[in-house]
Amino acid sequence: MREIVMPVIDQEMALLCLLVPILPLLGFILNGLGNRKLAKGLVSFIGCGTVLASFLISIYLFFDFLTNDSRSYIVNYYDWISVGTLRIGFSFLIDQLTLFMMLMVTGIGFFIHLYSAGYMSHDENFGKFFAFINLFMFSMLVLVMGSNYVMMFVGWEGVGLCSYLLIGFWNKNTNYNNAAKKAFVMNRIGDLGFLLGIFLIFMTFGSVSYPQVFAEAVRYAGGLDSGVMIAITLLLFVGAMGKSAQLPLFTWLPDAMAGPTPVSALIHAATMVTAGIYMVVRSNVLYVMAPTTLEIIAIVGVATALLAATIGLAQNDIKKVLAYSTVSQLGYMFLALGVMAFSSSLFHVLMHAFFKALLFLGAGSVIHAMSNEQDIRYMGGLRKYLPITFVTFLIGTLAIAGIPPFAGFFSKDELLAHVYEHNKVMWAFGLLAAFMTSFYMFRLLFLTFFGTFRGTVDQKNHLHESPASMTIPLIVLAALSTVGGFIGLPAVFSSEHVLGDYLAPLYDYARLVNAGALEPLHLDHATEYMLMAVSVGVAVLAIIIAYVMYVSKKVVPAPEEERLSPIHNLIYHKYYIDELYNTIIVRPLMWFSSAFHRFVDVLVVDGIVNGFGKLVMQSGRSLRYAQSGAIGFYVLVMVFSIVLILFLNFFIG
Amino acid sequence: MNHIPEVIRTIPLDYYLYFSVALFVIGVIGVLTRRNAIVIFMCVELMLNAVNVLLTALSAYRADANGQVFVFFIMAVAAAEVCVGLAIIVMTYRNIRSTDVQILNYLKW
Repeated sequence: MREIVMPVIDQEMALLCLLVPILPLLGFILNGLGNRKLAKGLVSFIGCGTVLASFLISIYLFFDFLTNDSRSYIVNYYDWISVGTLRIGFSFLIDQLTLFMMLMVTGIGFFIHLYSAGYMSHDENFGKFFAFINLFMFSMLVLVMGSNYVMMFVGWEGVGLCSYLLIGFWNKNTNYNNAAKKAFVMNRIGDLGFLLGIFLIFMTFGSVSYPQVFAEAVRYAGGLDSGVMIAITLLLFVGAMGKSAQLPLFTWLPDAMAGPTPVSALIHAATMVTAGIYMVVRSNVLYVMAPTTLEIIAIVGVATALLAATIGLAQNDIKKVLAYSTVSQLGYMFLALGVMAFSSSLFHVLMHAFFKALLFLGAGSVIHAMSNEQDIRYMGGLRKYLPITFVTFLIGTLAIAGIPPFAGFFSKDELLAHVYEHNKVMWAFGLLAAFMTSFYMFRLLFLTFFGTFRGTVDQKNHLHESPASMTIPLIVLAALSTVGGFIGLPAVFSSEHVLGDYLAPLYDYARLVNAGALEPLHLDHATEYMLMAVSVGVAVLAIIIAYVMYVSKKVVPAPEEERLSPIHNLIYHKYYIDELYNTIIVRPLMWFSSAFHRFVDVLVVDGIVNGFGKLVMQSGRSLRYAQSGAIGFYVLVMVFSIVLILFLNFFIG
Repeated sequence: MNHIPEVIRTIPLDYYLYFSVALFVIGVIGVLTRRNAIVIFMCVELMLNAVNVLLTALSAYRADANGQVFVFFIMAVAAAEVCVGLAIIVMTYRNIRSTDVQILNYLKW
């Protein structure tokens, strides 16, 4: 079993660990206070510099961790909450998973900060933007570094808040504000589940600290699939549903595209939405003990992947397509979690972070060049005007479609191989989703960059490649999307799975509980080759179909007014899920609210309050005649009253 | 010469009680029945002094000087009150040529 607590940690290490989240917080404070007073150059220097420093410290911590035999340790700063038997420390757990997430968050975060410095340069609230996005980095780092569920929850809420603030960043637009509110409310639903899950963990194991909870869980007498375990894991998963946009709480993510594009890339594609996956992997012991929950997660995951992919087929907004693609890819990750391929899921998280951030930033570059036009029906032929964006976007598209040797191929293939071993039907659905992913991504690519330009003359004259601060992150992310997959080569190519071996100690406890569950793949090489060939074949087929439709036949999606076939219409309107939620939840809720307002609030509450006021006024109006102005009368009343009081006092009291 | 508390204690406490109650009731009745502000004022003084007598007597009987100290306070406050009160009565007289409190009933609803 791995050593959990390394008691001797020198002061410098503790300080370095603390600096990682504190630096972005400092950036938030400086930029937030100096919003319009600081020069834009200084703001971007603070914003990017603090995150870069966190990234460098994370790298140092990572190598330090590796040279110390990968011993995980807890850095405790102080006792944060201490009530009864509950002891919650403000402490960080540094282990394989934390470092993995820290590197991903700060690394990709830095490049997106750099990109934002160019993308947001014309915005008057430049400082506000950097303040919020730095606050997000802080919250996300607290989420992944915390050593107990309460710290995770604090970070969890923090990222939710920043997501809300940044979706509604352009708060003069009511639609954007509504999108922000929708994201916030939907996340609250999930958070309630998460919170209840934490309560149940404390009730069952008497602690919320990861090492103690997992150690208790291993000793837990209920065995596999006990009711409590299923309840805990399901409640935590409800939280993950909200944060990671799974069925049925996914509708906020496409709307969240109202925020600035770097936000979509950082929060709603690369990092925040993967918090749910982080949480499940972190709690892998609990999930391994509840196979029923895992099965539910797999089903939800595959259903989300399929549903979102079908919606993605018919969207015309460049960011909406990417948003549905994100939902769909998150579905994949949960599918992998459901079949206990935790490392594969994290592998896909990282690869997805690379290529989806790349795609979003590429889309941002296109939107920037198109003067804020997001509809792909008015684009086309942009490859001549935006060569760097085109090449990097192409790499991102190839990566998400799963074409070797790009990043997405390795992670998606490994993931699907695990699913194949677990359940062939799910694998088939996963493959179908992969086919659609490949199709809609290439549809997007072809409509945007190929053919002839379909926008206005003004837009055409304005077309330009983005500045270096925007293209450098694109190039870096494109490079990562190209070679990133080599950290997890499939067994047929290499006996070493770098990422898998690195993450393996995370499941030590889980192996104690359910030894058979976390075995590596048992597929023979022929099957593995077959699976790879099938998924590549499917992706290529989708590309060919997309090419024939959108390049050879020059099909352009129908304009708004045109009537669509019923199925197309259904998909175009996202299965009317938003309308459905409006009808069955929002409307009745509004109706109840207004009914309560009219009857309970106005009649009962206001009635009581105003009634007292009226009573006092009325009695005052009639009693005032007692004030006659005759002093003799007052004195008489006074004397009688005193006599009465004395009488009562002596003879009764 | 005898010590004053001893002199006071030569009369039984009951007498003091009856005397001051009588004095106080006379004062109350005076305030209630008379209409001249100055007479009312004098009756108020009567009540104050009834209390003073009682305090002094009890203080002597209980051998506690606090009661007598309190009497001095009451006398000082009463003097101040007389000052203000008489000034008000003088002003009233100048305005309405009367000290009848029945006429002074303007301050009402």
